[in-house]
Amino acid sequence: MNPITILLIVIVALLAGMEGVLDEFQFHQPLVACTLIGLVSGHLTEGIILGGSLQMIALGWANVGAAIAPDAALASVASAILMVKGLDGTTDPTNAINTAIALAIPLSVAGLFLTMICRTLATGIAHIMDASAENGDFAAIERWQVIAILMQGVRIAIPAACLCFIPSEAVTSALNAMPTWLSGGMAVGGGMVASVGYAMVINMMATKETWPFFALGFVLAALSELTLIALGVIGISLALIYLGLKDMAKQGGGSAGSGDPLGDILNDYE
Amino acid sequence: MAENKITLSKSDRKAVCLRHQFLQGSWNYERMQNGGWCFSMIPAIKKLYPNKEDQVAALKRHLEFYNTHPYVSAPVIGVTLALEEERANGAPVDDVAIQGVKVGMMGPLAGVGDPVFWFTLRPILGALGASMALSGNIVGPLLFFILWNVIRVAFLWYTQEFGYKVGSSIANDLSGGLMGKVTEGASILGMFIIGSLVERWVSISFTPVVSQITQSEGAYIDWANLPAGAEGVKLALTQYSSIGATALDQVKTTTLQGNLDQLIPGLAAVCLTLLVCQLLKKKVSPIVIILALFAVGIIGRLVGFM
Repeated sequence: MNPITILLIVIVALLAGMEGVLDEFQFHQPLVACTLIGLVSGHLTEGIILGGSLQMIALGWANVGAAIAPDAALASVASAILMVKGLDGTTDPTNAINTAIALAIPLSVAGLFLTMICRTLATGIAHIMDASAENGDFAAIERWQVIAILMQGVRIAIPAACLCFIPSEAVTSALNAMPTWLSGGMAVGGGMVASVGYAMVINMMATKETWPFFALGFVLAALSELTLIALGVIGISLALIYLGLKDMAKQGGGSAGSGDPLGDILNDYE
Repeated sequence: MAENKITLSKSDRKAVCLRHQFLQGSWNYERMQNGGWCFSMIPAIKKLYPNKEDQVAALKRHLEFYNTHPYVSAPVIGVTLALEEERANGAPVDDVAIQGVKVGMMGPLAGVGDPVFWFTLRPILGALGASMALSGNIVGPLLFFILWNVIRVAFLWYTQEFGYKVGSSIANDLSGGLMGKVTEGASILGMFIIGSLVERWVSISFTPVVSQITQSEGAYIDWANLPAGAEGVKLALTQYSSIGATALDQVKTTTLQGNLDQLIPGLAAVCLTLLVCQLLKKKVSPIVIILALFAVGIIGRLVGFM
């Protein structure tokens, strides 16, 4: 890889790392990060395909409260770099993409530990901010906020830079040395792993009221003519119809129409 | 004296909104988003409190514990701006009131933000973009990135303005009907879409062969005796379209997967997903489940079951 490519890859990695904690622009999502790395390294199409595949696995990964999800940032950046290395060597595209997908999962666990270390270090920064507040030092608080964000970016940028300097031949031969039962088994596992992300979403939203909608979505998806947009339209319509009917039931049910059954009963006694 | 009232101009509020995007930057295990929150409030503090003592007090006040969903934090910061403005103009708003509003709003709002953004909007936009990206289409990532950020920036700015305008009454507003409906509607849509994603994207395929039947003449394409040239291609295609995929071979192979698909396509996928749901509820770490699934995949491939 030439120096400019490496520099651009490190910049993408920095953005992805910062977004891994900020969760605003979504540079850490595989769909965006892998595409960008593909773009700067001249393998745009393969980057997009890898991004799409990883995105499907990572759909339900989210930081909720203080709990941190598997790290999409390191997973997408590092596996995209490894894929590019494989493509620059002699690995064929399909093989390079599939292996990169398999590598992404252990990488996401490694990234999780790195972000936990950063978040622990940030506790020290919070105390420095306290001291700066004591002196009314606005600039110092601003400076440390920026340092904290950069620290999260460097968390991904350093591993990315290291990967860039490993020779392509080493990556290629490691990829080619992988036995078929391992890569095939990883592919089978990868097909099942998506269920974990979906299960996280389900556990968040499942109630007695919403389970029937899950079942409807499941059976309708078997009709391959329905695109995701069509399914989205059906889903939105169902939600609107359900909420509308529920409102009508509430208003029709109580004589006072207050939506408060106990209040209505009490009112009837008066 | 109305002419001396200090107010936050639109550009002050924009500066706060801009910084608010970096709320989670110094996320730490002790007070979580406190640094980012204080960082966001700085333009307002500078404007509202000219003397240093008040500034120090304000900075310390805004370095208290804070944690919510980074987007729905926008109405909270809007309300806080309104309260700080009142306070700077001499209204009796004490530290406890400000911290109370922050803490009182952050919990319920995080309960709205997580399902709406992380578990409905992102999976849907992500799946939409990813399904296009799988064929190498650049529109997929662009669509995801642009739509997400347009929605995000609009939400951050307009809900912050909403919070600023209605001030402290917002907390009551939100506990009322509208937010509840948004959450419920998002859950319904989310569950529906997740149901379809499970069918489409969780793939389990069992390879064991259940039966092999030699089919009778006419039920398959007799490749050896087709007429030569285009005539033969035509006959083969006609037979294929009338009989289906089983016409390709004389021996009809039925796999376990084929039998399962006749019940409901994706049955194994949904069973697996529900199993994972149960495991997660029992506090099994997602990482452990992911690694276990890979182990199952490798073993399944080794013994020729999957």
